[in-house]
Formats: sequence, C-alpha cells, structure tokens
Amino acid sequence: MWDFPELNFPIGEWVNRAVAWLTDNLEAFFDVITTAIREPLVWIKNDVLLWLPWWVVIIIVAAIAWKIANWKVALLAVLGLFFIGAMGRWDDTMTTIAIMVTSVIVSVIIGVPLGIISAKSDRFEAFQRPILDMMQTMPAFVYLVPAVFFFGLGLVPAVVATCIYAIPPAIRLTNLGIRQVSPEVVEAGRSFGTTGMQLLLKIQLPLALPNIMAGVNQTIMMALAMVVLCSMIGAAGLGLEVLRGMNNLDVGRGFEAGISIVIVAIILDRITAALGKKGTTA
Amino acid sequence: MPEENISISCQNVWKIFGPDPQSIIANSGNGSTKQEILEQTGHVIAVKDVSFDIKEDEIFVVMGLSGSGKSTLVRCINRLIEPTAGKIFLEGEDLSLMNEKQLRELRRHKLSMVFQYFGLLPHRSVQDNVAFGLEIRGEHGKEKDEKVAQALEQVGLKGWEKSRINELSGGMQQRVGLARALAVGAEVLLMDEPFSALDPLIRRQMQDEFINLRGTVKKTVVFITHDLMEALKLGDRVAIMKDGEIVQIGTPQEIVNEPADEYVSEFVKDVPRGQVITAESVMEEPPVLVNSEQNLAEVIEQMRTAGVDVAFITDAFGRLRGLTTLENAETALQNGLSRVRDAVQNEFLSASPDTPLDQCLPLVTDDDIPLAILDERSHLLGVVTRAALVQGMQSTDGNGNGNKNGNKSQ
Ligand SMILES: Nc1ncnc2c1ncn2[C@@H]1O[C@H](COP(=O)(O)OP(=O)(O)OP(=O)(O)O)[C@@H](O)[C@H]1O
Ligand SMILES: [Mg+2]
Repeated sequence: MWDFPELNFPIGEWVNRAVAWLTDNLEAFFDVITTAIREPLVWIKNDVLLWLPWWVVIIIVAAIAWKIANWKVALLAVLGLFFIGAMGRWDDTMTTIAIMVTSVIVSVIIGVPLGIISAKSDRFEAFQRPILDMMQTMPAFVYLVPAVFFFGLGLVPAVVATCIYAIPPAIRLTNLGIRQVSPEVVEAGRSFGTTGMQLLLKIQLPLALPNIMAGVNQTIMMALAMVVLCSMIGAAGLGLEVLRGMNNLDVGRGFEAGISIVIVAIILDRITAALGKKGTTA
Repeated sequence: MPEENISISCQNVWKIFGPDPQSIIANSGNGSTKQEILEQTGHVIAVKDVSFDIKEDEIFVVMGLSGSGKSTLVRCINRLIEPTAGKIFLEGEDLSLMNEKQLRELRRHKLSMVFQYFGLLPHRSVQDNVAFGLEIRGEHGKEKDEKVAQALEQVGLKGWEKSRINELSGGMQQRVGLARALAVGAEVLLMDEPFSALDPLIRRQMQDEFINLRGTVKKTVVFITHDLMEALKLGDRVAIMKDGEIVQIGTPQEIVNEPADEYVSEFVKDVPRGQVITAESVMEEPPVLVNSEQNLAEVIEQMRTAGVDVAFITDAFGRLRGLTTLENAETALQNGLSRVRDAVQNEFLSASPDTPLDQCLPLVTDDDIPLAILDERSHLLGVVTRAALVQGMQSTDGNGNGNKNGNKSQ
C-alpha cells in the first residue's frame, strides 16, 4: 500500500545490453576515434611539452600570456610554472595540460559547429537542449565505465569523458553569441549581398567571439575539473597524483598536485578571459 | 511624365505578417481596418496595396508614424523582407522573379542601404567598415582602397580611417554608414530613418550635408522618416503612410498646400509654410515684360494699361536685363530718349524658383517692385509680389493657381 509497486522497468538492463552491443559491433568505429584522439594527444605530450626544455615551455607560455593578456599574466605564468617545477610536478603537469589541450580542441571542433547550427535552426536548438542538459548533469562516474568499455583504459577515455562534460558550454555559448548579434548588423550584412558563409565569417562569428571565448574558457575549467576523476580510469598526470595521495593518506603529495592544478587553471583562465575581452573591443 | 526614367516602381505591394497572409488579401475588400484584422485574425498588415514610381535621381521620402510600415516597405525593395503580393521593378526589372544569386548581385551592385542604428561592425575600423560592401563583392587592393578613400572624403571622414567605431559620436557613425553605402557605387540608396537616432542639432547638420552631397553625387534615394519637416526639407516628393497605406504622394508644396485628407491636414497644420513653400508656387506672370529695343512710349502705355509701376526688360536673347519704373521711364521720355534700354535700371533683386518664401521675404523690399524669379540661364520665370508672398505664407487652403504653375515647370 505505502510502497511503490514493483513494476520492474528494465531500463538498466536495456542500457547494459546497448553498451554490450555497441562494444561488440562498433569496435572499428571506436578504434578510429581512439586513434584520432591518441595520436595528437601523445604528440602534444611527448613531442612538444615533454620534449622541449622546461624553460622553453615557460617562455612560450609567458609570451602567449603577454601577447593576449598583459605582462602581469605573463609574470604569473612564469612564477606559477616555475613553482610547479620546483615542487617536482613538471612531468605530471605537462601530461595534464596535454589531456586538457586535446579535450579543449576536440570540444571546440565539435562544439562550435554545433553551436552555429543551433543558432541557425530553432528546431535543432530545441533538439539539442535536453541532450546538453543531460550531458552536464549526469554524474561523470556513470559514463566513465562505458568510456572504458569503448576506448580502453588510459588517456583516451579521459579525453572522451572530459569532452562529454566540456562540449555543452562550447555549443551553448556559440549559439548564444550568434543569436545575440544585433539584428540590424546582420540585416546590414545581408543588404550588401553577403552569402550565408560571408555573413557567418565576417559578421556573426567575429561578433560572437567574446561569447565563444567565454565558452572555451568554461570548457577549460570543466576539463580541469575532470582531471582527478579521469585518473580513476587510468589517466596519468596531476589527477593521478591527487588520487595516490588520497589512497596513501599522503596529504602533502595530494596538496602539491592539487595546487598545481589550481595554478594551471588560473593561468589558462586569465589568458582565455583576455582573449574574450579582446574580441569585444577590437 | 514619359521623358523621365523610372528607377523604382512598386505596384500593389502588400506585406502581411501572420500564418495565412494570402487569405487576408483575398478578403481585403470587406473594409476592415488594420486594427480589426489584427484582432480578428492575428495578422498584421504592415504594407497595404502600395503603388508608386520613383524617378531616377529623385529623393523619394516615405513619412509616417511609428508602425505605419515604412521600414517594411523599404525592405521589400531589396527583399530583406519578402513582399506578400505585388510587383517591384528596378529599372524595369522584376525583382520578385530573381533567385538567391541574382538577388545577391542586385544588393551588391544596385541597391545599398543605410540604417537607423547604423548597423556598423564594432570589431572593424572605420575604413574596414566602409570597405565592407566592396569586400563582399570580392574587390581588393588599390582599387578598393581608392573607392573607400573617396567615400570617406565625400562624407567628411578623411583622417578618421583608422578610428574604432565605438570611439565615434552618433553623427560620425552614421557618416560611416553612409560612406559604406556610397562606396559600392549603387544607383539607389535606401535609407531607413538614417538621422532619427541623432540629436536634433546634429540631425539638422546631417540633413544639410546630405543635401550638399546630393549636389555632387547623383543617386535615387528612398528616404524613410517619421519627421515631417525632414521629409519636406529633403524630399523631391513625399509619400505619407498611415496604417500601411500611402494616403498621399506629392511634392512638399503639394502636401502642405493641398493635403489629401484630414489625416494629412492635421500633420501639416503646424508646418512653418515659409520654409516649405517656394517662390515657384506663388510667382505670377510679370504684367509687363518687354524687349530692351522696344519703344519707350509704347511701354509706358502698356504699364498704364496694366496699372503697374514696373516693367521687366529682357535683352535680345530673352535674358532679364533689368527693369524700369514708370517714373523712371517718363523722365527718360521727357529727356528725349526713345528706347527702353535707355531707361533700364540694371540693379534688381532676383531669386531662383526653389527659394523658400522665408528667404524671399527680405528680398521684396520695395512694395512696388516685385522679386524676379530667374532660371539658371537668367530667363524670367515669374515675379513674386509682396502680397502674393504674404498670402502664400499664411493661406491654409492653398493657392491653386500658383501651385499648378509650379508643377508644370518641374
Ligand atoms: N516580423 C514581424 N512580424 C510581425 N509583425 C511585424 C513584423 N515586422 C513588423 N511588424 C509590424 O508591421 C507593422 C509595420 O512595422 P514597420 O517596422 O514597418 O513600421 P515603421 O513604420 O518602420 O515603424 P517605426 O517608425 O517604429 O520604425 C507594425 O505594426 C509592426 O508591428
Ligand atoms: Mg522603422
């Protein structure tokens, strides 16, 4: 009477079967994706970030920060990265940055075009909204396991899981940015005979850039938030250090890795925020 | 007016917003007003059965209150808004038959538009904004730069090339908007309330500059405004719009002198007529117009018969040479002179036919000597007496005669 009747809706069962079916039948497809993610990721990690001498990396990051933001952010980058190195967390940090950069690139490559489509089609916007809501609110643990089924252990499923979390802001803010462009400016563009592509490239995207950059900024933050979680499916880097520190009750070790994540987050946040602002005033 | 080229011709153009616009046109005979149709069917009649022809190089002003359908109408011309029914021709070409590509070419080369809130690109410099239309057409290099520089020069923005848009005042921004439209060299300018967003002083200055600009750059202009004075000041002809319909089309003088209905009368009631009515519409035939070789005695006779104190005198080529007063002529005759040219007084005041009455007033100094109205070749078109001037500035029921006269010579 007071208890809910046992209807035994077998949703869980269906999902299990679907995942099993996908694993069996779409193996080739997942292999392609795995390669497409692993190759650039490994290249960024081993052939760029870890191949370059540490001081070259610091100089490059500082130069980018100076160019895009200002000398203060550049100084922050130098001190922050040096501090990370001094704690002995250099290699882990480079691995984490490689995961992040790859995730962000994938998220932007997927998110921005979908955002453009959403802005152009009300129907697509209505269709994608609940899906994006689900992607962002579904606890990450739930899709970590199927990610492992599909992509194995290690860095690749980490990137995939991160992207699931980080793509929605890229789509949302691109969509918002384009829709917020003043209708009169769009009309002006059309009145001079723009093609759809010219309108997009010369008016809508440049004017939406601050919003798109805010989306990229959020994507980066989401990616950093996922770093620790991803270490649970075998992704190396700072997250793994935090996890090990936790497992071994080694507070100091976890703290060093944690503070490194914070430093990376702050540097990247300042740089991308400046990039967004530049769009508005340029 | 067969000798004049028609640039834009609108024929029975409708624009209705709503789910089934055609049904509204089909039922338009039942006499419902725009408001009733909105309440009963949820359709907005933005433009209702509008027809007009715009001549080449004419400034055609569409004036109406907010919501009367002006913006919709002007956007139908370049099809930023698709008309529901009716035809629009540009230089004889039916725009409604054009496909996407032809329409794009049309917008790139033939029609350019200026917007109320400027519609500029804030991420570009002044010169890059002006270059926009050229860039869209794929032009680049020196040729493009020259066109941009010329357009900037025309609107008085030389030296501001590199400025950022948001550093400029509203007036300056609209200059950029205008330069952008001029740079593409289109024959037709569509201007949707271009000066409405500006402060009154700046607005007046822009109007004056626009008039000056038009002296050098010939264009057909469709100019939208909600300001009657602006319409009368700038327009060669003015169309008054109300609830999507055009209630009257005419020259500024016709609008002021012969309002078509109550609605227009109400509008023009407070218009300072002296600024709108021109000499042309109050001028009269000179009672005595003689050749300088004519016999003085005969001319004195003519003046007496006509009961006037002054005769206008032309030279052998028909140009106005001067005038003579009755007194003058009589003295000359008494002194033994026989030809009119011996009594001619070379100093006289004159004005062009499009001089507003306000500006004629100080020129009619002597009660007995009317103001001579001359065309560019110094031929006398008519004269303006003080009485006609005063009547023209006051009358609200129009000066039928003078007005007809004015139209014919246009
Ligand atoms: N996209 C649209 N959908 C529905 N109704 C519209 C649309 N665009 C305009 N209208 C309506 O059409 C009518 C004419 O609008 P329009 O913008 O052409 O007027 P306007 O004369 O330019 O006014 P304003 O001086 O305010 O610019 C108005 O009643 C307006 O509400
Ligand atoms: Mg309008």
